[in-house]
Amino acid sequence: MSAPAIEVQSLEKTYARNVKALQGLSFAVARGSVFALLGPNGAGKSTTVKILTTMSRPDAGQARVAGTDVLANPQGVRRVIGCVSQKDAVDLDATGRENILLQGQCYGMFGADLKRRVCELLDRFNLTDAADRVSRTYSGGMRRKLGVAIGLVNRPSVLFLDEPTTGLDPEGRAGLWSEIRGLSDTGVTVLLTTHYLDEADYLADRLAIVDSGRVVAEGTPDELKSRLRGDAVHIELDAELVVDDALRAISPLKGTLRNLAAEGRLLHARVDDGASAVPVLLAALETAGVRVSAVSVSRPSLDDVYLTHTGRSFSAAHGGDSR
Amino acid sequence: MSTLVMQPTHLAVRHLRALLRQPAYVVMQLVQPLIWLFLFGQLFKNVTTLPGFGGAAYISYLAPGVVVMSALLSNGWSGTTYLVDMERGVLDRFLATPARRSSFLIGQLAYWAALTIIQSAILLGLAFVGGARFAGGPLSILSLVAAAVLLGMVMASFSNSLALRVRDQNTVIAANVILVLPLCFLSSVFLPQSLMPQWMQTVARVNPVNWAVDAGRQSIATHVDWSIVLTRLGGLAILALVFGFAAVGSFRAYQRSI
Repeated sequence: MSAPAIEVQSLEKTYARNVKALQGLSFAVARGSVFALLGPNGAGKSTTVKILTTMSRPDAGQARVAGTDVLANPQGVRRVIGCVSQKDAVDLDATGRENILLQGQCYGMFGADLKRRVCELLDRFNLTDAADRVSRTYSGGMRRKLGVAIGLVNRPSVLFLDEPTTGLDPEGRAGLWSEIRGLSDTGVTVLLTTHYLDEADYLADRLAIVDSGRVVAEGTPDELKSRLRGDAVHIELDAELVVDDALRAISPLKGTLRNLAAEGRLLHARVDDGASAVPVLLAALETAGVRVSAVSVSRPSLDDVYLTHTGRSFSAAHGGDSR
Repeated sequence: MSTLVMQPTHLAVRHLRALLRQPAYVVMQLVQPLIWLFLFGQLFKNVTTLPGFGGAAYISYLAPGVVVMSALLSNGWSGTTYLVDMERGVLDRFLATPARRSSFLIGQLAYWAALTIIQSAILLGLAFVGGARFAGGPLSILSLVAAAVLLGMVMASFSNSLALRVRDQNTVIAANVILVLPLCFLSSVFLPQSLMPQWMQTVARVNPVNWAVDAGRQSIATHVDWSIVLTRLGGLAILALVFGFAAVGSFRAYQRSI
């Protein structure tokens, strides 16, 4: 196995007024893979990206990108990375083509090679028809695609995507997802930060859950989910009135149910094996005369993983300022 | 080596293209100078009966001063281009590329210098149509434009520093509004120094706006005093360098803070 594309060792960063953004963050990303940093606003995702893209310096710790130390040789890192920020970073007064062209010129590219590369990228992101229109006229999805095209002009070996689909409509999101998937097929290593569980689940080969400037869990999405033992069972009762009856009816089964909770006329629990637990549960409820309107069994979701590691559900942790 | 020149050029071209797409911007920026040149100029045209004007018509006297004032007014907006780029994330995107940090400042200053030259040419043309005459000849007119460009660079670098450090649009605009008129009143833009109260004359001597006006006003003199032109331009060039380096420092401070 070759050296990782990104190696991060015990990064620490404290902002003014003692805001601790990173407190010993470590992870590694294999070459050619898609790695997601998942976490709420203020968890330290963007700070990590800023350090890895040489825009910001850590107070302590080490980081190497494509084998180059970000502190010792930032210029070497800059040459081999591409970077797409949260804001699409598009110059609205320039056309799509001019935006990509200028970025290439910032890398010292010129002439026919650069022109060809720009056409290639416009083509790949379906922007050729709009290429010579001022990008102020682009839709949100088009701007974001242009942002990614700009980040790819220098043929980077590592691409950083900071919340690439925030604020996009479902169509724009789906379009960008397939582009990001396509990138890793061409051998580019992708590090993305995201708020969205489904995004990390769909795109990432591996992911790290970041909370308060630390990695609290790391693995493939499936690994993380399977570490949570068992399936989630959701039972929808006929009426809220019968919840107490239902809880009484299934109390003899408590040994096999974990995290039992009632919410309105819904009962949630976690069991080792959903397929064998459901008939037993239903039989107990029927004996007690409690009517059930729906039952579902689901494999653990990343939201469950998130809840377990950060002590709060993903949607509750959402909000506040991003760092 | 070629990137040393090419990158700032590309960055200047970026701003020039945006300007060409909104040519009305150039006109808008000239409204205030034109009010001074023609309305104020008409209102005070009999002021030349006072001593110190050297027999020139007031519009001739006023024209170099207004060219200098216009450079101050428009270059004072320079910092706002950084604020727009910060807001959009464009500045951070550039900072993650291997391009030299100085390229961004130099390219942007080159753009403002080009804009100053365009605006000065328009103002001088309109002043000529309005009756202003420049007895000093072409070289002295070029010196006037050079003075406007150099003073503009001082103002632009000041505005850039402010934008990079304070990062607030209102502050940058307020600084422009607050500074320009007092700096012009404390110089010989409107009246010869000899007509100023003593304390104003003292302040005017160290006011770089006054240096630019002194150098530029030789364009209406029948006998150009080149020593005045060269010393004032030299002073402005040194000041432009000082403010330019201060802006580089502000650029670094911005980068440390993100």
